[in-house]
Amino acid sequence: MSLLRDSLKEIHKRLSTRELSASDLVEESLAQIAKVDGDVRAFLKVDEEGARKQAAELDKKWANSSTRGLLGGLPAGLKDNLCTEGLTTTCASQLLANYNPIYNATVVDKLAEAESVTVGKLNMDEFAMGGSTENSGFHPTYNPWDLSRVPGGSSGGSAAAVAAGEVYYALGSDTGGSIRQPAAFCGVVGLKPTYGRVSRYGLVAFASSLDQIGPLTKNVEDAAYVLQAISGHDAKDSTSAQVDVPDFLSALTGDIKGLKVAVPKEMMGEGIDAGVKERVQAAIKKLEQMGAVVEEVSLPHSDYAVAAYYLIAPAEASSNLARYDGVRYGVRKQGQNLLDMYLETRSQGFGSEVKRRIMLGTYALSSGYYDAYYLKAQKVRTLIRQDFERVFADYDVIVGPTTPTTAFKIGENINDPLTMYMNDILTIPVNLAGLPAISVPCGLAEGLPVGLQIIGKAFDEATVLRVAHAFEQETERLPVPPLGGKQA
Amino acid sequence: MSISKEQVQKVAMLGRLKLSEEEAEQYTTQLNDILQFVEKLNELDTEAVEPTSHVLPMQNVLREDEVRPSLERDKALANAPEQQDGMFRVPAVFE
Repeated sequence: MSLLRDSLKEIHKRLSTRELSASDLVEESLAQIAKVDGDVRAFLKVDEEGARKQAAELDKKWANSSTRGLLGGLPAGLKDNLCTEGLTTTCASQLLANYNPIYNATVVDKLAEAESVTVGKLNMDEFAMGGSTENSGFHPTYNPWDLSRVPGGSSGGSAAAVAAGEVYYALGSDTGGSIRQPAAFCGVVGLKPTYGRVSRYGLVAFASSLDQIGPLTKNVEDAAYVLQAISGHDAKDSTSAQVDVPDFLSALTGDIKGLKVAVPKEMMGEGIDAGVKERVQAAIKKLEQMGAVVEEVSLPHSDYAVAAYYLIAPAEASSNLARYDGVRYGVRKQGQNLLDMYLETRSQGFGSEVKRRIMLGTYALSSGYYDAYYLKAQKVRTLIRQDFERVFADYDVIVGPTTPTTAFKIGENINDPLTMYMNDILTIPVNLAGLPAISVPCGLAEGLPVGLQIIGKAFDEATVLRVAHAFEQETERLPVPPLGGKQA
Repeated sequence: MSISKEQVQKVAMLGRLKLSEEEAEQYTTQLNDILQFVEKLNELDTEAVEPTSHVLPMQNVLREDEVRPSLERDKALANAPEQQDGMFRVPAVFE
């Protein structure tokens, strides 16, 4: 079993006694990538040279010091929409195949401060648009639990790399479920922080009012560590919140006695697979046995969230993606004149889902349709927020499934955008309301992982982590994924 | 509301995308499916509801207007597909 599966405390202990070095950890990660990534294909780019160099520098720095960073020596993978200076950042788009950022995302600098090691960049749906990683402009990623299935998306590479033991942890981004859904499909923990908790500076923008960066990890404690390292206000992101960052680790008490848990009937109703429902009901029962007070509630506008989201997110995306014009960066395709160059660059560079969303968003914002579509969706967004506010006046957390089904087959939904969009039905309302939420494994249904979603009040990641951690302590851990016979 | 193939072509042009006939047809079908789906928002009376464009209760975020170092030219041009004399080079705007 890979030492990348040891607990962070254990690794820190062995690092401080010099039984283990940062270089050992990186070699372990690179060896596992060499062994399994030909099957999983989680990575778009493995930076062996850079990773070894970072580790060697840490080992040198640690030779005369006993202090280790919060994420000292841990090999990490980053979703390829996070800008890394000098390391290609493609957003899994052919249009950015050659893009070499001239600066780091704030989270990348923060990980370096915490003494983490970046081993490479992870696959995703192009510009984070999708729920299966099949929309990558380069290649799909395969689910370590069943290589004929998708890992989810859009942070599919991040979830698969953690599940397959290729990295200690990964960062992803979540606009409508893109951290939580792949975490659920791959049997790992995925946390979307409150909007504004983590700086978005250097995260390639998809839908700016919804995007948020967060960790994908093997367990809840690791998620708390990574969140601690990346949180906080950033002058470079005016939408990052000026709120204190609590000590997330001290929230992991294991005690949820008397905590008030709401279960929305809309999240447990029609359209949720029997296997998923069964596992989630068992999880809720467990929370009750642990002393939580569980009651059924209603989020009456849930049913409208997907429709509102698929107007708001594409509208914001169509504006954000206007910058890809082949002038300042990216892959230019030649044209007769300037307009022709724009058209060729964008038509050849973007994949079909990205084009679909640019058109949908452009249409929803265009003159004569703005009120009927975009403004209407923003008003419904208010109703969805108010649903949550009402429940959170009386409850500490909301729980339910992360996804309606377990991981689906590759190719199953690819020609049916609307069916694909419905997969986000349980995660989207959380982004529209800007709330924090985690997906934590709660068992297997027919051999595939099921995720329990725990949603919290704005800026109350501490309680979300506390509940997830307490649940995890009382739950049998998932086995190591089979990976088509190769040990993960 | 539904969208015609001609409207799809027009919207594509607004988004600076060029579609083949086949693509335009496929997108017309798919966009109509999506637009039909989002119609359900009209079941809700939102006459008296304020729109949400942003979830955080924040006002304009301002800073002092001070002179600071800006991006160096060679860095700004580092990813340029074409450049000339320290500038981005593009095809002719007019014939």
